[in-house]
Amino acid sequence: MEFMKTVTGNRLWRSIVRHGVVATNRNRVMMVMESLFLHLHSTKVRRRNLEASSHYYLGGISGFLFCVLTMTGLYLMLYYHPSVPQAYQDMKELSFAVSNGVFLRNMHRWAAHAMVLAVFLHMLRVFYHKAYRPPREFNWVVGVVLLLLTLLLSYTGYLLPWDQLAFWGVSVGTNMVQATPFAGKDLRFLLLGGNIVGENALLRFYVLHCVILPLALAFGVGIHLWRVRKDGGVQGSRGTTRPEPGKGE
Amino acid sequence: MSESEKKDPRVTRRLFCQATGLSACAAAAGGTGILSIDFLRPRALFEPPTRFALGPPDAMETGSVVTDEDHRVIVARRADGFRALSSICTHLGCITRYQPDAGVIACPCHGSRFSLDGEVIGGPAPRPLHWLEMSVSDKGLILVDTAVEVPQGTVFKL
Repeated sequence: MEFMKTVTGNRLWRSIVRHGVVATNRNRVMMVMESLFLHLHSTKVRRRNLEASSHYYLGGISGFLFCVLTMTGLYLMLYYHPSVPQAYQDMKELSFAVSNGVFLRNMHRWAAHAMVLAVFLHMLRVFYHKAYRPPREFNWVVGVVLLLLTLLLSYTGYLLPWDQLAFWGVSVGTNMVQATPFAGKDLRFLLLGGNIVGENALLRFYVLHCVILPLALAFGVGIHLWRVRKDGGVQGSRGTTRPEPGKGE
Repeated sequence: MSESEKKDPRVTRRLFCQATGLSACAAAAGGTGILSIDFLRPRALFEPPTRFALGPPDAMETGSVVTDEDHRVIVARRADGFRALSSICTHLGCITRYQPDAGVIACPCHGSRFSLDGEVIGGPAPRPLHWLEMSVSDKGLILVDTAVEVPQGTVFKL
């Protein structure tokens, strides 16, 4: 205890941690409000909102899986070159030569499948709980965009191993894109960076998968969580309606 | 700006500056958009050539069908001449194969079936197979160009 006092009492510690864990309401608010990592968090949470039956933790599970995917994805990037035919060799090397490579690759793969499932179940839960009603309509729309981004991430990752399954999966998928009215052919050309699924397509899918889509998803999740808090938290007060203009909360 | 100045003589300096600034921003945004689209369309493609040579025309007997798997083309010689069909399924782009026993071109992915005229006999394919341009090279070989589509039923006398 004396040792802890020494650690938490010195100037360095207090320059970083401004508010200790003193259990007063004021201190709780200060702790949350003044931390970048907690400021999305509401200062008070209803006990009911922590029960699994109110949301089954599906949104949190999706978010957690996104973190797992980001981490494992970064590990995989250290052994992967998005070029033909190197990509396939790298995938093989990861599976057979890199320490724990097969574990990380499978972790990334299964987390990806699980995330699509979790996001989808999360959407069902919100639907069946009528949690899309005012004031949450906009957050439902944000959620639909996040579902699309999740599917796009999953699909762009599909091409990266550069094996037969990947090649044909993307051949078929980009042929579906071609069915878009008016702009179909152009869209496919832009997406593949050519007329065939080749070097350019692999590079584009890689950039989409590793940079553009994850950033978009992280940004979207930020908006999503912010709105959850602003709209009264998970399964907020029963029967909330949008506040009257000028009336505040 | 001169139009609105005629209409409304009370254009303030502030409004003029705002309009000028916003116009500049709009022009920059438009330029960015056009430039980006342009940048994303490669001008040089390092893809395999679309035109390739088969053997001399006389090497194919009337009634025979030759499949070039690398270039995804099915060439058939009939009494009326030569025809080249793309073997890429019009449904979702899988590679079809000619089945000599049944005399149909069949797709393994979703079960589309085509006649040797490219007509859809069954399955989900929405359109007939593409007919491709044929010609004869200087050396007397059959040339097929997979990038040049010709109307259905275009038969070549080579």
